[in-house]
Amino acid sequence: MVKAPPWDERVALYLVCGGIAGGSALLAFGAQLTGRDALRRNARLTALGTASVGALALVADLGRPERFLNMLRTIKPTSPMSLGSWILAGFSTGAGLAAVADLDRMTGEVLPLGPLRSVLRAFEAPAGALAALLGAPLAGYTAVLLSDTAMPTWNAAKDDLPFVFVSSASLASGGMAMITTPTAQAGPARALALAGVAGDLVAAQAMERRMDPVAAEPLHQGRPGWLMRWSERLAIVGGIGTVAAGVTARTAPRASRWVAAASGAALVTASAFTRFGVFYAGKDSAMDPRYTIEPQKRRLEARRRAGITHDSITTAG
Amino acid sequence: MQRLTAPDAAAVGDNPTADAHYEHPHARKGFFTDTSICIGCKACEVACKEWNRNPADSDYELSNSSFDNSEGLSADTWRHVAFIEQDRGRIEAARESGRALVSLGMPRIRPADVPTTAGEAITTAVTGGMTGPLSEVAGRPPAGLPPAPDLGELDVLSSLGGGPTRPEDAGAVDTTPPDTPEFRWLMSSDVCKHCTNAGCLDVCPTGALFRTEHGTVVVQDDVCNGCGTCVAGCPFGVIERRKDGIAQPKTERSAAPVTPTGPGKPEKARNVGVAQKCTLCYDRLVDDQTPACAQACPTTSIKYGEREDLVSGARERVARLHAEGRTEARLYGANPNDGVGGTGSVFLLLDEPEVYGLPPDPRVPTADLPRMYARAGLAMAGMAAASALAFVLGGRQ
Ligand code: SF4
Ligand code: SF4
Ligand code: SF4
Repeated sequence: MVKAPPWDERVALYLVCGGIAGGSALLAFGAQLTGRDALRRNARLTALGTASVGALALVADLGRPERFLNMLRTIKPTSPMSLGSWILAGFSTGAGLAAVADLDRMTGEVLPLGPLRSVLRAFEAPAGALAALLGAPLAGYTAVLLSDTAMPTWNAAKDDLPFVFVSSASLASGGMAMITTPTAQAGPARALALAGVAGDLVAAQAMERRMDPVAAEPLHQGRPGWLMRWSERLAIVGGIGTVAAGVTARTAPRASRWVAAASGAALVTASAFTRFGVFYAGKDSAMDPRYTIEPQKRRLEARRRAGITHDSITTAG
Repeated sequence: MQRLTAPDAAAVGDNPTADAHYEHPHARKGFFTDTSICIGCKACEVACKEWNRNPADSDYELSNSSFDNSEGLSADTWRHVAFIEQDRGRIEAARESGRALVSLGMPRIRPADVPTTAGEAITTAVTGGMTGPLSEVAGRPPAGLPPAPDLGELDVLSSLGGGPTRPEDAGAVDTTPPDTPEFRWLMSSDVCKHCTNAGCLDVCPTGALFRTEHGTVVVQDDVCNGCGTCVAGCPFGVIERRKDGIAQPKTERSAAPVTPTGPGKPEKARNVGVAQKCTLCYDRLVDDQTPACAQACPTTSIKYGEREDLVSGARERVARLHAEGRTEARLYGANPNDGVGGTGSVFLLLDEPEVYGLPPDPRVPTADLPRMYARAGLAMAGMAAASALAFVLGGRQ
């Protein structure tokens, strides 16, 4: 009755990467402003790395990858895919410049940049700001991309999916920074991760509660059901570990570093599970016409009971 | 600049070309597919395949569940004739649900004009009920309608089939063809709806999908990059990305699939990896030709023309069927106030839409886009605020 988009795991991978990249750019910018050099560098490299992997995965999933530049043929507000492509392009430019500047510094200026080095240095801070500005949009627009479709589960989640996605991006980027960065500088990353865990648990619950019960079913069944359940558990475990790492950061720095890395890995995995879970659930909901028919019949009936009969696609004449 | 919301029908009228800013808009073209006279010959399906040189769906695979072996619309099948088998109970249920639509006061079929003959009077009496419950028509006519004749005395219908003649009893008249008393076979030729507010077109990021001057929706094969967003955006499951295939008929039932390589070898499918669907034969329309499927249809079940004319013809047809007691007849897509703003391809159905594989209450996803953007904006602002807060609360180094 409806057809699932021809997107495979590469698009789900992009959803995960976009979230980590967006959150990392925000962390990098904060670190840039507060003088946390290690956090800034690591978060910038993470942002560039994940954005590149995500973009490549997205291009590879196209039916005609050689035409990927057609994405930037026009700016079309009715198309989240179009706006998203522009967000990704802008983000990658900013994150790329900022990361290259740090890479150059890290490698002792081995890049043969010549006079371009001073230009790069001049643009480094604004580039970091641009990436941060587009960070949250990159992490969240994919929720609109999924909801603005006729796939019953994605569409029914439209009010709360953005909150789930930005929360999951926050906990994943926080978790990533906890893996890469010494505990002394990772305080903000831990705080962001904890905010993400709290937001994720609340938003995911709210989303499932407010969705049409039939349209929400695929989120509980089979593969997506398993992924969503484990995502919740891992987020909780990761959150507890994050608190532990923060508390012991000064008293037992070595142990704290290990706990932070393990919690970070749990959080990144939790985020990946959330996004893969939502991704599969939407595709599953297209496979069985029941998910399209039942919610639609219910809302049609509700309107008819309320006396609204002018907007039905089926008419007596 | 594109619209963000579904336009209200009054502003745009029924013709979406106004929205596409054509300087010389043509009349909106469309189809009226009258499934009540479709015989399931699949001539349209074949004609479409041939004209568009669409690849074969499979190597003579049988669906094993029906005589319908193409099973649905796809990137390679732009017209699809569905076969649905129904027993007596299902027929009665369909008649009942159609009658319920009438008593819901769904849009009126025709203005309350003057009935000239007795036959006309009955038609008006039965179908005038579109503006109010049937009981009202039979007893006290709503204001504006001519007084309904006393149907009990007029008794014209009884000469047709016998039995009750009051409209509320019309369903009891047995109009089933005598050779199939317990069974019917619904045949319906499905196609792209060419929606007024087309989900596929709205979400296409490249602009490959566009609104033609005839009000139809067409993919530009050389622009589409196969991102597949339109596939998810269509509320009817019409458009699809083409995988691969061979656009040449096989001659033997057991013929092995052929590898399309080198000159003289089977013709390879065009537009692989690109979104594909019915173009409403855009290439024929520019030459004032009838679309291949409509031209091939031997029963005139597929009618092609200006949408306005088609819809008024469709309304008359429903009125006639209702007058015959076939209250299961109803229109699909003729209402400009529905979730997609009405469709260019209008259907006359004999049962609930979902029986035919059509969604019962489709809604173009982009109609809710402003709200989705607002919610997402809020979420994004929250994320940015959370990271700012994280640096405040994240402690000294
Ligand atoms: S039916 Fe689907 S493919 Fe056809 S115009 Fe409407 S949204 Fe597009
Ligand atoms: S697959 Fe082609 S037609 Fe469909 S949305 Fe993408 S670019 Fe547009
Ligand atoms: S109008 Fe043309 S493209 Fe569309 S179904 Fe008919 S024959 Fe096929």
